[in-house]
Amino acid sequence: MSQLFHPSSNAIAKVSIFGSVFFVGFAAWVLLAIERSSYVTQAQVVVEQPVPFSHRHHVAQLGIDCRYCHTSVEESSFAGIPATKTCMTCHSQIHTTADILEPVRESWQTGKSLEWVRVHDLPDFVYFNHSIHVKKGIGCESCHGPVGEMALTWREHSLNMEWCLECHRAPEKFVRPREFVFDLNWKAGKDKKTLSDSLVQAYHIESLTNCSICHR
Amino acid sequence: MKEKDIEKNTTLTELSDKFGQKYGKDYWRSLEALSQTEEFQQAVQNEFKESPVEWENSLNRRHFLQIMGASLALAGLNACTKQPAEKIIPHVIAPEKITLGKPLFFATSFVLSGYACGVLAESHEGRPTKIEGNPEHPASLGATDIFAQASILNLYDPDRSQVIKNIGQFSSWEAFLNLLRTQLEAQSGKNGAGIRILTETVTSPTLAAQLKTFLKKYPSAKWHQYEPVNRDNVKLGSQLAFGQYVETQYHLENADVALSLDGDFFSGMPGSLVHARKFGERRKVDGHHAQMNRLYAVESSLTLTGAMADHRLAMKAGDVLTFAQDLAYQLNATKEKSQHNKGVAGKKWMDALVRDLKSNSGKCVVIPGEFQAPEVHYLAHAINKALGNIGKTVRYTKSVEASPTVQNNSIRELTDDMKNGLVEFLVILGGNPLFNAPADLNFGEKLKTVKTRVHVSPEENETSEWCHWQIPQSHYLESWSDARAFDGAASIIQPLIAPLYASKSFHEIMAALNDQAGKSDYEIVREYWLSQLKKGDFERSWQIALHDGVVAGTAFPGISPTLRAFNLAPQEAEKGLEVVFRPDPNIWDGRFANNGWLQELPKPISKLTWDNAAIISPASARVHGLENGQSIEIKRNNTSIKAPVWIVPGQANETITLYLGYGRIKTGKVGANAGVNIFPLKTSDGKWSASGISVKATKEQVELASTQDHGSMEGRHLVRESSLADYVAHPELFHEMGHEPDPEMSLYPPYKYDGYAWGMVVDLNACTGCNACTVACQSENNIPIVGKEETLKGREMHWIRVDRYYTGDENNPEVAHQPVMCMHCEDAPCEVVCPVAATTHSDEGLNEMTYNRCVGTRYCSNNCPYKVRRFNFFKYADYITESAKLMHNPDVTVRFRGVMEKCTYCVQRISSARIKAKKEDRSIQDGDIVTACQQVCPTDAIIFGDINDENSRVAKAKAEHRDYGLLAELGTRPRTSYLAKLRNPNPELIES
Amino acid sequence: MATESKQKNQAPLIEPGHTFGSVSDKISSLVLNKKTPTFWFIGFGISFMLMNLLLLAIAYLLFKGIGIWGVNVPVAWGFAIINLVWWIGIGHAGTLISAILLLLRQEWRTSINRFAEAMTLFAVSAAGIFPLIHTGRPWLDYWLIPYPNTMALWPNFRSPLVWDVFAISTYATVSLLFWYVGLVPDFATLRDRTKTTGAKIIYGVLSMGWRGSAVHWHRYETAYLLLAGLATPLVISVHTVVSFDFAMGIVPGWHATIFPPYFVAGAIYAGFAMVLTLAIPLRKVYGLQDFITMRHLKNMAKVMLATGLIVAYGYSVEAFTAWYSATEYEGFMILNRMTGPYRYVFWSLIICNVAVPQLLWISKVQNSVVGLFIIAMFVNVGMWLERYVIVITSLHRDFLPSSWDMYSGTFWDWATYIGSIGLFLTLMFLFLRVIPSISIFEMKTLVIGRGDKKEDKK
Repeated sequence: MSQLFHPSSNAIAKVSIFGSVFFVGFAAWVLLAIERSSYVTQAQVVVEQPVPFSHRHHVAQLGIDCRYCHTSVEESSFAGIPATKTCMTCHSQIHTTADILEPVRESWQTGKSLEWVRVHDLPDFVYFNHSIHVKKGIGCESCHGPVGEMALTWREHSLNMEWCLECHRAPEKFVRPREFVFDLNWKAGKDKKTLSDSLVQAYHIESLTNCSICHR
Repeated sequence: MKEKDIEKNTTLTELSDKFGQKYGKDYWRSLEALSQTEEFQQAVQNEFKESPVEWENSLNRRHFLQIMGASLALAGLNACTKQPAEKIIPHVIAPEKITLGKPLFFATSFVLSGYACGVLAESHEGRPTKIEGNPEHPASLGATDIFAQASILNLYDPDRSQVIKNIGQFSSWEAFLNLLRTQLEAQSGKNGAGIRILTETVTSPTLAAQLKTFLKKYPSAKWHQYEPVNRDNVKLGSQLAFGQYVETQYHLENADVALSLDGDFFSGMPGSLVHARKFGERRKVDGHHAQMNRLYAVESSLTLTGAMADHRLAMKAGDVLTFAQDLAYQLNATKEKSQHNKGVAGKKWMDALVRDLKSNSGKCVVIPGEFQAPEVHYLAHAINKALGNIGKTVRYTKSVEASPTVQNNSIRELTDDMKNGLVEFLVILGGNPLFNAPADLNFGEKLKTVKTRVHVSPEENETSEWCHWQIPQSHYLESWSDARAFDGAASIIQPLIAPLYASKSFHEIMAALNDQAGKSDYEIVREYWLSQLKKGDFERSWQIALHDGVVAGTAFPGISPTLRAFNLAPQEAEKGLEVVFRPDPNIWDGRFANNGWLQELPKPISKLTWDNAAIISPASARVHGLENGQSIEIKRNNTSIKAPVWIVPGQANETITLYLGYGRIKTGKVGANAGVNIFPLKTSDGKWSASGISVKATKEQVELASTQDHGSMEGRHLVRESSLADYVAHPELFHEMGHEPDPEMSLYPPYKYDGYAWGMVVDLNACTGCNACTVACQSENNIPIVGKEETLKGREMHWIRVDRYYTGDENNPEVAHQPVMCMHCEDAPCEVVCPVAATTHSDEGLNEMTYNRCVGTRYCSNNCPYKVRRFNFFKYADYITESAKLMHNPDVTVRFRGVMEKCTYCVQRISSARIKAKKEDRSIQDGDIVTACQQVCPTDAIIFGDINDENSRVAKAKAEHRDYGLLAELGTRPRTSYLAKLRNPNPELIES
Repeated sequence: MATESKQKNQAPLIEPGHTFGSVSDKISSLVLNKKTPTFWFIGFGISFMLMNLLLLAIAYLLFKGIGIWGVNVPVAWGFAIINLVWWIGIGHAGTLISAILLLLRQEWRTSINRFAEAMTLFAVSAAGIFPLIHTGRPWLDYWLIPYPNTMALWPNFRSPLVWDVFAISTYATVSLLFWYVGLVPDFATLRDRTKTTGAKIIYGVLSMGWRGSAVHWHRYETAYLLLAGLATPLVISVHTVVSFDFAMGIVPGWHATIFPPYFVAGAIYAGFAMVLTLAIPLRKVYGLQDFITMRHLKNMAKVMLATGLIVAYGYSVEAFTAWYSATEYEGFMILNRMTGPYRYVFWSLIICNVAVPQLLWISKVQNSVVGLFIIAMFVNVGMWLERYVIVITSLHRDFLPSSWDMYSGTFWDWATYIGSIGLFLTLMFLFLRVIPSISIFEMKTLVIGRGDKKEDKK
């Protein structure tokens, strides 16, 4: 009877057996890669805002302290988003006609709030508290990145749980002296190790990894 | 941030937008036009009538969201889903004092039947989220009852009356003011002879003043007071005894022996929280101090008081007077004895009681039940006098009510006037007389004769339907007012939030009547107190009053009225079947019918939810051949009702107890058509029990949802109990009841607790089983309600439940309550079996439940010997109702469908305490953390703290001999332990 | 591999008069026969509808939530787990027959092993559905698998449910391989005998270029033997691990060391019952009495009798330890099973699993096909009831009387259960239609073994 299969098909059969194994592995790898990609995490992605507010200008160039706008960062879980009034303290004087500031002025006149888009948005089942992190000597930069360089603000890190744990499992890697918490240019010197150790001592820093620390 | 949520009546504006364009510009016209259309009714359904119990219905928004949920869920299959963008809406001008993310507490007062209980209301970003007791307030002492706890739900109830309506159509405040003007002008000629104002019990000084002003202007107008659960008998009793209305206060802290005459001074009665606290203190037994008070209870149906009693006698309500007469006679308080030759209580019991009381004269107290006949109250006064208790355990003050009235007479007068057409303009401030006025007056019929009827109430109820005007009443967290506590101490009620809807307070209504329309309730209340607090700096004392939640020095001084002679004809023993009326322990007179938390709360003894029933004793059930849920027809002077039977041991034989308040027709989704309306049987004679009734069994069966089907302990040592004497003689006896295996037996390495080790102790000897902890927990932890159907399936969600066990003779059992929440076992069976490590052990000994990690295998629940884990079989949490979102505690995750949940020891409170302590560079002190259940407990039966700190209260309690672990023999090593229950029986009455 | 040690009085494994040719013809005709018998369409139609009921039930479950079932607290596990254990149990016979009996050189297995293995596969796939859908959030089931996730979390390896994941998936994979490898030569046969090109291609691909050369045969034998060796421990391990789901729990009636052996025995018991349930009608309608002879049926009956006795022993030991341990909870549990609200379930379980199978002692019964079929049916039901008793009666009244409650399956519980049977049968019918339900070449070995006139292998 006639040959259905060309002899080469044997080879194909053999290859396909092993190939399938590799294919499955590859697919899994791709999935994990996507899960960590900025497409999913939105890290490094600039967020459109009603007003193109530039941290670079206000922080790096004008040198305004973080707490001028994010007032409750030291008392509360929520760092605080400035009220329109805060903007107007300066902008009633300067750039009073700039078009990009129109929404701010409008909000000031109508009394209707500006609607910013969240850049750092944790899931509702995660409870993060700014004040304690600041108190324990974790710099704004450690999580929010080089804000001073952000013409438009983006999320620096993935905010994945594994990212949180990097620090919660080894806080000494990230702790800095309290006085430099709001300093975006602070760099640990050569004796980083000894410094962090002494800080961990001084600030009674423990590695808190119980689920209920963040999830309630 | 939720600022935007605080906009007033969002739903209403949405509605107007929705229909505005469709029906042209003119908003009010269009709405009136609309109000008839189907469409509109539909809209109302959707907008206003969303409630957590009806996710089962066919297609509605809930279902739609479930589909969404499902599809989203499936999207979750590929983990690559983006987070939807979220907005931040900051203030335009930041408010002072509010730090976003930090709660504030304000002192205010919750009022039930006129009596105030001071509370501290927690506010998150301006949203009241939780009610706590106010330690400064004399009626609270830091605790609250279930009603105060659940009152927050009424504020956010989507079924609330939201707009002023005239004949069922949307109207406006202005329109109402016009009506008032015309009405008052018409009346001014005849001194307001046609005006009647009907209120509930009023203790508010401001409101009273406003009413007086009005009555001065219209001398012929009349002010009536009525509510179904009134204290007429108490008043009539004191009238008999002293010829005046006096307030009786009981000081249980001074009482070694107490006798309750068919009452329940632990719940529902003015000052009951104080009674519980003081009584509990006298039952605290520790290493140093081993004395206890003794409580006798004579009662028709099992109450919390009876359950707590050392000696309890089940007795027909009708026989209590006979009993009291004999008791009074033997204590030489009266001359007549009853005709019952050997006494209804039996000689032995009576003699022992009499001896005990005599030997403790001056240190004992007799407390008559509020619903017992006036004569019983008279006798109680007489007995207390004879025993020299006055001034020691019993104290009299002038009545707390602004104008004490016998309310049954008051309502009768009103109906008579209505019948005679004397009433032209009727203003009903609160209440629901159409539903709960004495049946024989048939209020409804008479009401029709009144030309103009105005009803002010928080919800649209049966009465609203029969009134021309329905005006939404502001919740106490929305408006200013004041009220007096049981001891007369006045407290200012301050709002935490602007009215959510177009509602008005009584003060604003009265102001309008006193043509001061537009005056805010703030001004009104403040002005009144300006006139009162003359001496000193008003501003300061006003601030202090607001801060403390009570106006200093307003408590009434004691008076000593003289007891009058009163000859009571010799009483006989009651014959035949008897029916007893009582306010429902959960929904009171029906005003809480639409409160899901209270509906689903298992009733103290019967453990019923969502229904009332005809409570009868096992013996009577056998005699009449009745079984649980079987419907019976109860007939009293040719009106009859049908109610399902529920058999409760300890109920007096031949006595049927009926709880009022159910069978509401016109109320929100939650309460409508739940249970049976009892009021048709209750007449204007003001009697709370009636004989000469007939009962007919029917074939019908009603499914009743009880959360505990099994009342016996099956001989297991779950609640460990003994008499005080035995315990003193042999302190180790509780430990010998069960042996705990060696902790080393675990295969897994033990945990180390270097820092804190959280633990809890529940003193079963103090627990009265009042359920306050359950509601407090529900409120603190965003616990959903599931509805009757799900409760029937055994899917209720309460994190802390109060188990009730009977021991001994079924006709007169001893009752033990046991609050059970997660035990936070050291060797927790649930932890090892969870495949995804969603429930884990913290190094502070917490058994943590991480909802967002849970996949819902329910293995942990199977493996939990205490069955305290609760599962979201459906999407129980309410994600839809806008107002419900406002109510949620932002510090606790709202659980989604398919995850397990359970008591967390209020971990959110632990966290905030920890953060606070760390920021102050100190360690958490004992008492920094107070769990919700502990905070609310009237008897301070729950103690929480760090067991590593041997000076902490909890550590000390755990060192007690009475301390034992529930099911500890399983080797779970529970962190929550119990202090065994003690009773202090009279040696004479111990059967050997 | 033939042995002459068979007693003469025993029925033969293959009726005399069969040649290699006749065997191939007979069996392959079942598949290659053009017109499909009507009973097949009827049977397939019914089971297909039932399978759709399953799909419907699952869809509704995903949409509404686990609450559509009867589960509650305390009885948080219901039909889903009962069915899981039941199906897994049934899934045992196949591999047991193929692997263990192969190693034991029991060649009577040959005529039944093929569809027994198929049955295993289908049973396991039916079983596999339940652990997946019984969770509250099925879309997150993959969290049970250890993989480097963004949460930096591992599953809890102390949990028996995680062991299940490995046990069941391994078992499914190995059974599949085993079955497939066994099929290769027959696929080749079909490839050579079928007329239509489409079928030729499909069977060609499946037979992976099998030419029946000596090398092929040699490799085949080795591979098959190795897989058999690999599968054998799994037969024991799977149900042992499944039994751990209960044995590792604290619940009275679960927490018992007897569970692993008695679950495995129960599994084989159920497995053989199911094989009988399928084999008897099969040989009837396809006229395979020559290949599946009374001898096979009797052997299986004997295995059932043996394992059935082990199971009965299991029950009695449970009761004994409950009494001997003097633990009030255990004692109460047994009493509650026998006299409590679920006593009817318990006693019907005893009748189905212990009483009725004793009839197998009687050789009359052993020889009556109908008798065997009925008894097998009893056992199928009995084994399901056993799981019902274990799961429900243990949970519904455990430690605190306050939380005792009742359980009963809802419409959706039944729909899912019956639907899973539908799935099983659907697959079974498809199998009968497209794959030789009896191993052709192995039957030929029997022909050789019987020492009839020889023919060359094709």
